[in-house]
Amino acid sequence: MSSVAPADLPVGKDLGSIEQAEQVTYGDATKAGRVKKRLTSRTATIVSLIIAILWTIPTFGLFLSSFRPAELIRTTGWWTYFANPGLTLENYSSVLFSTSSSSPQLGAYIVNSIAIALLGTLIPLVFASMAAYAFAWIKFKWVNWLFIFVFALQIVPLQMALVPLLQIFSTWLRPMQAWLHDVIPIIPEQNYAPVWLAHAMFGLPLAIFLLHNFIAEIPADVIEAARVDGATHGQIFFRIVLPLATPALASFAIFQFIWVWNDLLVALIFSGGTQDVAPLTQRLAELVGTRGQDWQLLTASAFISIVIPLIVFFSLQRYFVRGLLAGSTKG
Amino acid sequence: MTTADLLGKLLQVVMGLAIFAAVVGLLIFFIDKAPKKGRDYWQLAGFLAPAMLFVIIGLVYPAIRTSILAFQDSSGEWTWDNFIWTFTQPAAIRTLINTIIWVLLVPTFATVIGLAYAVFIDRSRGEKYYKVVLFMPIAISFVGAGVIWRFVYEYRSGDREQIGLLNAIVVAFGGEPVQWLQTDPINTFLLIVVMIWIQTGFAMVLLSAAIKGVPTEQIEAAQLDGTNAWQRFLNVTVPGIRGALVVVLTTISIATLKVFDIVRTMTAGNFNTSVIANEMYTQAFRASEIGRGSALALILFVLVLPIVIYNVNVLRKQREIR
Repeated sequence: MSSVAPADLPVGKDLGSIEQAEQVTYGDATKAGRVKKRLTSRTATIVSLIIAILWTIPTFGLFLSSFRPAELIRTTGWWTYFANPGLTLENYSSVLFSTSSSSPQLGAYIVNSIAIALLGTLIPLVFASMAAYAFAWIKFKWVNWLFIFVFALQIVPLQMALVPLLQIFSTWLRPMQAWLHDVIPIIPEQNYAPVWLAHAMFGLPLAIFLLHNFIAEIPADVIEAARVDGATHGQIFFRIVLPLATPALASFAIFQFIWVWNDLLVALIFSGGTQDVAPLTQRLAELVGTRGQDWQLLTASAFISIVIPLIVFFSLQRYFVRGLLAGSTKG
Repeated sequence: MTTADLLGKLLQVVMGLAIFAAVVGLLIFFIDKAPKKGRDYWQLAGFLAPAMLFVIIGLVYPAIRTSILAFQDSSGEWTWDNFIWTFTQPAAIRTLINTIIWVLLVPTFATVIGLAYAVFIDRSRGEKYYKVVLFMPIAISFVGAGVIWRFVYEYRSGDREQIGLLNAIVVAFGGEPVQWLQTDPINTFLLIVVMIWIQTGFAMVLLSAAIKGVPTEQIEAAQLDGTNAWQRFLNVTVPGIRGALVVVLTTISIATLKVFDIVRTMTAGNFNTSVIANEMYTQAFRASEIGRGSALALILFVLVLPIVIYNVNVLRKQREIR
């Protein structure tokens, strides 16, 4: 069912990343297709061009606006830029570096986003790969049902878990956080732990599913040979499974990183809202509420919050798409 | 942010990593030292334990607890009040209706546009660029998308120059500018546009891969039979990608049911735009109405359930084939 092949398939160097992923999955179909005549007409090209342009316009508008002087943003549309060019970096410098109390001061929030995304990706990645290995290779009958149960947990919307989980954290985690703050004062009382744990917990079902898909595809002979040689599951996991599963691990890591980076709800609930923990998305949402008319701040802040996942996305596209395809069926 | 703050954050990350590494290390250590008898059993348990623990604490127990909370009022007494409120209060009913509109429109349009686009750009020059353009909004947070589109929908009163794209177009055609996000019911549809903008790329990528998987012999055979492109599409391609269509529709439906950030950032649910996911947050965390919030979460769960059960069935059939 999985359409992701094991790691050792070579990937063509001249192909685009999304097409690389496709060639891995569909082999000759794409190559042969490119040789044939196009299936569709010139109208199709025009329509797709229009759609592509329509899709880019909103983001482009924001991007351009973020470089325009505040006065111009507030009074004229960004398309008038072409008649009246004038760029400035002031918006970016004021949202990032300005220390006046009325400015967004994004620095702390960017660090928070990075810190949260780092462990929010790592923890579910490791735990899920261990669980995925157990589900894929350790043979017990009821394991199948447990796996389906875990997969089905993706049903549970975040909203179902928020209130009780918050209560659990308040009862059990708070005292520990307070104690930690007493012992090491530079660590604030509201710290990253609840957010890390929440993201790990919510990310596990999908992670286990995606990784299991891939790990189950690893040729059985390799594992069997190792078992015959007397390797323990721990050794097999670290020396054979993990290295072979690297593409799937990478795919999920990117997924999760972008998802955690862009998350707002978990941050709103578990972060306490201050500079100590709140990520960029939360700060941005705050700005929209409090500085809604200061478009020069909003555009620059929004673009900063967008640019990092975009960079991750563009540079690691191939894995991202592969991960998507791995979770789907071919029909 | 002072240096001390930065140091504190750094320290947290380092400590977090260290503790995590220690936990995993200890676990692996004990897994390898499992007693010979029933060794496989112990090792399986060891590998599954952390994930299961997290999942039970983070998802299973809270889900059960929320279901209970939905039926309790603030003093802990059993009651149907929360649900009665949801189905009789006009504002709450409107929320339900909005949610249904979202779930009907977003998957449909995203899939149709995504499919059409995938077919049009199939095997064209620059296909990968076309794909990236549509796919990019997925990497943007919903909050970021909210800001982008708020900018598009921005309003300035008639005598001033428009800075929002939509009003600029309206004015260019001679109309009066409109406070789009505050005008019920079109504001809901404008918010839906944002979600479609984001999800179409996802649909397109999956469907494009699926289209490429349709055996070319079938298409050729249809071509030889004298069919035109549209007939080929309808009778060969669409049945061939049925599985991917199902996955795309169900995934987008679930994502749409959960959508919170778009509504919260752009209108905060005011002007009759609220949906269940947003209302849940408002009730539980702004109005301190835990019972109502829980009831809404439960309703959300019940709405998502049939979609996922369908998906699970497809999954199980696939596992059987394997």
